[in-house]
Amino acid sequence: MEKVDPLLSVKDLKTQFFTYGGVVQALDEVSFEIHSGEVFGLVGESGCGKSVTVSSILGLVQKPGRIVSGRIDFKSENLLEKSERQMNDVRGSSISIIFQDPTSSLNPLFKIGYQVAEPLIYHQYKKNKEAQSRAVELLKRMGIPDPAKKAKCYPFELSGGMRQRVMIAMALACQPDLLIADEPTTNLDVTIERQILSLVRELQAETGTSLLWITHDLAIIAEMCDRVGVMYAGNIVEVADVKTLFRDPRHPYTVKLLKAIPSEEHSVDVLDEIPGAVPQLISPPPGCRFHPRCEHAMEICKVQKPAVNQLNSDHSVACHLAAEEGR
Amino acid sequence: MSAPLFKCENLSKFFPIKSFLKTTAKVHAVDHVDLEIPLHQTYGLVGESGCGKSTISRTIMGITSPTTGTVKYNGRDTSRFSKKEWLDFRKRTSFVFQDPYSTLDPRMIIADVVGEPLAIHKVAFGEDREEIVLNLMELVGLKSDHMYRYPHEFSGGQRQRIAIARALAGDPEFILLDEATSALDVSVQAKILNLLNRLKSELNLTYLFISHNLGVIRYISDKVGVMYLGKLVEEGETQKLLDNPLHPYTIGLLAASPKIDPELRRRTADVVLTGEVPSAQNPPPGCRFHPRCPRATPICSQSVPPLEDVGEGHRVACFNLE
Repeated sequence: MEKVDPLLSVKDLKTQFFTYGGVVQALDEVSFEIHSGEVFGLVGESGCGKSVTVSSILGLVQKPGRIVSGRIDFKSENLLEKSERQMNDVRGSSISIIFQDPTSSLNPLFKIGYQVAEPLIYHQYKKNKEAQSRAVELLKRMGIPDPAKKAKCYPFELSGGMRQRVMIAMALACQPDLLIADEPTTNLDVTIERQILSLVRELQAETGTSLLWITHDLAIIAEMCDRVGVMYAGNIVEVADVKTLFRDPRHPYTVKLLKAIPSEEHSVDVLDEIPGAVPQLISPPPGCRFHPRCEHAMEICKVQKPAVNQLNSDHSVACHLAAEEGR
Repeated sequence: MSAPLFKCENLSKFFPIKSFLKTTAKVHAVDHVDLEIPLHQTYGLVGESGCGKSTISRTIMGITSPTTGTVKYNGRDTSRFSKKEWLDFRKRTSFVFQDPYSTLDPRMIIADVVGEPLAIHKVAFGEDREEIVLNLMELVGLKSDHMYRYPHEFSGGQRQRIAIARALAGDPEFILLDEATSALDVSVQAKILNLLNRLKSELNLTYLFISHNLGVIRYISDKVGVMYLGKLVEEGETQKLLDNPLHPYTIGLLAASPKIDPELRRRTADVVLTGEVPSAQNPPPGCRFHPRCPRATPICSQSVPPLEDVGEGHRVACFNLE
């Protein structure tokens, strides 16, 4: 089979923040690939580097942060070599993003019809009128009732679920190749979350857009994604396709994390805990960053950072234990 | 079964909307709810935002007074409490809220945060107080050298432990946990939930646990109540209710939450709730759920279904049970 270049390939990405307290090693050689038409999920707890990964891809790392080394190839072009101006053409047109909080991402002073039309005017040089009518079409596609009237509303007049639909319309306006969703349903109620999830899934199947889905909720990952990367303290510790990850997790952190979720279906007496806390990334533990909390930690874990082990074509794990078992 | 710790009868809370000195509308936050919180158990209250979970809990705690109905604490009506009785009530009940960042005073060291209830209730002073605080800190899994630090030096999970230690300071019998783990990561949440369960059995506590996460509710509560737009629509023993939900809203809610197990997902895939929660300012007539209900019949829009017992304390408010 001919090997197709991935749509997005992140290689050994190292992003650090140079603060007065020391250098925060937010991302430590993060690598993953997203193929076209694929839904890739990044899951991890707060502070593990999910959002820094997103801002690195979009070239939005703010001072005192800096991408120290690595490559981000998007459609075989290195995004890190692009100028700010070139990046402006990429953002919103070939890569776009939906954020967690639609209230703070929408401008309260403009009507939503205009805000959805804006990327079309900027990136595709559409006339205002043409863009506005396209915006109404988009809003209709998002399942917003009475789109022509809603296009003349200001963001405060809409509910949270509706605002998130508007954000999705904005993100999809220019038919991007990659859509990044950064915890888009965290602020929503379950029944509304369900509606948004089905909408995104539907749109993804329809347009074939690749999706990078960032979340802390493993259940959403299980429902939405084709492949998953699990992040811990600035490292991707395990990458697998979604079925394998939940059936046969190999990294001790993934195993523990899955057991820590209280299930809706089965009653348990005591939940599994992960001892200790997420380390400070100013002085991360040497070797494997998970070793102080790992029940299988060996001597080698304390000194040497585990290499990524390719268990099979669709499952890789960064753990010394998996390497030993594989031998 | 022993007598309930709290008993709410016909409880309602309406908030008036005033414009130009005239009450133009009312928000029906809680509408004629009967609810009992059994002693030494955890009562879980579930529902989406704006369904009245928090208003109920505030009314129970006496922060707002009910529009109609009564709240009975150990059989005594709280609206007739004297000042002294209120003080005692405040000592015996306490809160843990969702956001541990905003509930701790950033200018107070932890020893003062946790020790403040002791001072207010004149329980202990000076060195005695310090010792009690130290014991409380140990009880919730904090170290003694944490006592002289400020809240900003702690992680979210540790802050929630501090909030729990403070809640325990007055030696309460009842703690209201309002979305106490919603802001935490799963691995931290697991620790806090385990801690709460341990404290409950060690100190004979009663909890009212408010959450929108059904997994958490299943894990922590003995009895669960499902609310929709100010009404209690279903109530029962946690395991029975979640294994066999009867009200269409409960079924929809269970189906809506994302699931890890693909098998379960397939089973519930066809029940999707459409639309949004209507405004509590003018709720739909009859059953409040009928505009979104897949089983709605004409009677649903005309009269309000009563909360009826279907056996073993499982109560449901629906005309069209299958």
